[in-house]
Amino acid sequence: MTAQAFFFYFAAALAVISALGMVLNVRNTVAAAMSLVVTMIALAVVYVVLEAHLVAALQIMVYAGAIVVVFLFVVMLLNLRSDAFSAPRQRLLKAAGGLLALGITASFLALIPTALPAVQELPEGFGGYRAVGLELFTRFVLAFEVSSLLLLAAMVGAVVLAKRRID
Amino acid sequence: MIPLEHVIGLSAILFAIGTIGALTRRNLIVILMSIELMLNAANLAFIGFARAWGQHDGHVFVLMVIVVAACEVAVGLGIVISLFRNRESVNVEDVSLLKW
Repeated sequence: MTAQAFFFYFAAALAVISALGMVLNVRNTVAAAMSLVVTMIALAVVYVVLEAHLVAALQIMVYAGAIVVVFLFVVMLLNLRSDAFSAPRQRLLKAAGGLLALGITASFLALIPTALPAVQELPEGFGGYRAVGLELFTRFVLAFEVSSLLLLAAMVGAVVLAKRRID
Repeated sequence: MIPLEHVIGLSAILFAIGTIGALTRRNLIVILMSIELMLNAANLAFIGFARAWGQHDGHVFVLMVIVVAACEVAVGLGIVISLFRNRESVNVEDVSLLKW
C-alpha cells in the first residue's frame, strides 16, 4: 500500500467516524461541532491526496477555522441546556429517517458507474494556487465577482436578522 | 493511485450521513451542521472528478460552494439567534407553523 493510499483510507475512515459522531451525538452540541471540525480536517487530508492543495488549505481556513467557530459562538451564546430530543414518540420517525437515508446510500453506491474514466497523469503544479488562480481570474472571473456580491448580501442579512432592533 | 470509485463512494456515504442528520435531528444548529456535511460531500465528488480528468473546473466550483456555505451559515445562524430570542428554543418542532 502506497503512502497516498494509506492517507486516503485513514482519513476516509476518520471522516466517516467523526461524521457519525456528529450526527448521533444528542447530548452535547459543542461536541458535535468539534466532531465536525475533525471531519473537515480529514477531508482536507483527502483533498491533499487528490492533489487539490489550494482547496485543502482553504478547507482548513474557512471550514475548520471560520464556519465551525461561528457554530461554536452561537452554541455558547444561546446557552442551550442539554437537549433531550429523543422523546419516545419520535422513535418511529427517527427509524423512518434512518431507513430512508440507508436507502439513499445504497442507491448512491449502486448508481456509481463501473465505467468511470481512468485517472489521468497530471500536469506540473496541478491544484496549486497558481493554476487554480489562473482559472479563477480568467474563465470564471464573473462567478468570482458575483460571489463577492453574495458575501456582501449575506453579511448584511446576518446583521439584520441577528440584531435586536433595527433603528 | 486512488480509484475514483472509492472517492465517489466516500462522498456518497458522507452525504447519506448528512441526510440522516438533517432528517432525524430536531436541533436546528445540528441540522445546519448536517447540511454543511452534505455540501462537503458534494465538494469531495467535485475534487475527485477534477483529479480524474486533470481539469481545474472542479476546484473552482468547490471554491464557489465554500462561499455559498459560508453565506448559508451566516444567515442561518442569524435566523437561529433571532428564533431563540423570540421562542427560547432551537427545536424545529416549536416552529412548525408553516408545516402542513
